[in-house]
Amino acid sequence: MLSILLNSNTGWVLLSTMTLGIAAGTIGCMAYWKRQNLMSDALSHAALPGVVIAFLLIGEKNLLILIIGAAISALIGAFLIQWITTASRISEDSAMGMVLAIFYGFGIMLLTIANRSAGGNQSGLDGFIYGQAAAMVRTDVITMLVLALIVVFIVFIGFKEWKLYLFDGQFAKGIGLSLKGMNTLYTAVLVTTIVIGIQAVGVILMAAMLIIPAVSARYWTQSFKIMILLSAIFGGLAGAAGTLISALGSGLPTGPFIVVVGAGFFVVSLIFGKEKGILIHYLQFKLHQRNQQSNTQTLKQEG
Amino acid sequence: MTYTAWIILTAALVGLSCGVIGVFLILRKTAMMADAISHTVLLGIVIAYIVTREVSGTAMLIGGILAGVFTAFLVQWLHSLRVQHDAAMGIVFTTLFAIGVILIATSVGNAHLDVQHALMGEITFIPFHMITLPFIGAIPEATALLLLVLAVILFFIIAFYKEWKITSFDPALAASLGIPVILMHYLFMGLVSVTTVASFDAVGAIMVVAMLITPAASAYLWTDKLSFMLVLSGSFGVVSAVTGYYIAAWIDTSISGSMAFATGLVFMISFIFSPKHGLIAKRVRPAETM
Repeated sequence: MLSILLNSNTGWVLLSTMTLGIAAGTIGCMAYWKRQNLMSDALSHAALPGVVIAFLLIGEKNLLILIIGAAISALIGAFLIQWITTASRISEDSAMGMVLAIFYGFGIMLLTIANRSAGGNQSGLDGFIYGQAAAMVRTDVITMLVLALIVVFIVFIGFKEWKLYLFDGQFAKGIGLSLKGMNTLYTAVLVTTIVIGIQAVGVILMAAMLIIPAVSARYWTQSFKIMILLSAIFGGLAGAAGTLISALGSGLPTGPFIVVVGAGFFVVSLIFGKEKGILIHYLQFKLHQRNQQSNTQTLKQEG
Repeated sequence: MTYTAWIILTAALVGLSCGVIGVFLILRKTAMMADAISHTVLLGIVIAYIVTREVSGTAMLIGGILAGVFTAFLVQWLHSLRVQHDAAMGIVFTTLFAIGVILIATSVGNAHLDVQHALMGEITFIPFHMITLPFIGAIPEATALLLLVLAVILFFIIAFYKEWKITSFDPALAASLGIPVILMHYLFMGLVSVTTVASFDAVGAIMVVAMLITPAASAYLWTDKLSFMLVLSGSFGVVSAVTGYYIAAWIDTSISGSMAFATGLVFMISFIFSPKHGLIAKRVRPAETM
């Protein structure tokens, strides 16, 4: 284990997946309260054609360019979902499903073409589908770190505004906060988080990074601030642990291990969580039952 | 039959089965459930492979159905524990899919099952696995499976047509009439899983979502009548599948990707030109649609 850590590249990759987990955990809380959990799934799939087009245009695997391509493509997906939902009677989840699958299909079409025509460089592109953090090089890691930190920073400095925006839109509007502006900023940080995670976790599992830590954190607190903190911690730990496990064997994909560790946190939270966890719920129920029993007994004795 | 004809027939069968079953996904507003199930079916198939150590249609079908129904059950269970419905879906399918990928990477990593294949489908390999059936003769295994699944779907839809209609449009009324709504829900999830497993070889885990949702959503823009919507959606599925094949042949790329892309074209046309709900219709007579 120690030798893996000392291997400098693994250390860097570990740092980046941990930061990614923190950023995704943070943004995931906002998506949770906007009730847009599956939006991240749709957008991460929708990013695929952008990745491949960017690759075909520049002809090499430069992470920053690929991320920009991914972001543009995901934003187009977000716009289409919005448009289809408002302009027709198609429901939002149908629109998400369509955009997700059609963009992904289009991405696969392009990927097949890229794989055929571009020679030796393409193997890295396939990793984008289900994540191969070990393939990341130093510059990729730095790109990811910087973007993830920007995302966390944006949430951090505007914390009060975000809270108003999520929980009391009317009031936020009343004190002069532009909801449209906040919406745009929200979509921007969401898409950024998703696209920087694709390299490490893959387009298919990226949604889990946003959903699982947030839902797990919800079991421990009623405070939004603590929820974000906990969610970031869960995300960071899952990212680090998943990366370490996948580094133990050669060629093991990183994304799935991160997700499974995250799911472990979720199961523990679901059972032992302080707020509405199964165990607490059960104990409260039993206590309530016993109280009622003793109450009826006292009543009987008195009567 | 020639090699190409088998591929086109298989693609058309995928389009038809997915198109028909997809109608109820749209009407029941559970479209993303198709996404969840299509991912977890992978786990079912992998476990079936680990247990039987062979790539057999029956074992995979059973594994896939179990995985699909299990997914529906888990999502429902988490939702009953007050997890947001879409969050429950997101947690369940990503986790089960991740376990599936890990199992493939660690214990079954060989030529028979690989993630790439499972995600993209490999319709061009289908005519290589022929089996011989009585009366029909030699037929690719995947095609035979699709025919069987199509028959099962049509049987259930026609046999319980009225029940599907009521449970989809008005679950409360259905419950008050004594229709077993919960049972119908799981039966439906079972049918979606069966369709997904059968289409898996041809189009893979994710493009099957396009085949399930898009033709039905397009048909939903053209008609208000359920029977007509079923026919229309099935036809859209077939048209997209065949168009997709020719697009792929034309620019030499992935057939399953092109099929998903073609469903997008069908939807785009419907979205713009549909006489009732299309963009043009709305622009031309905005007063009436109000």
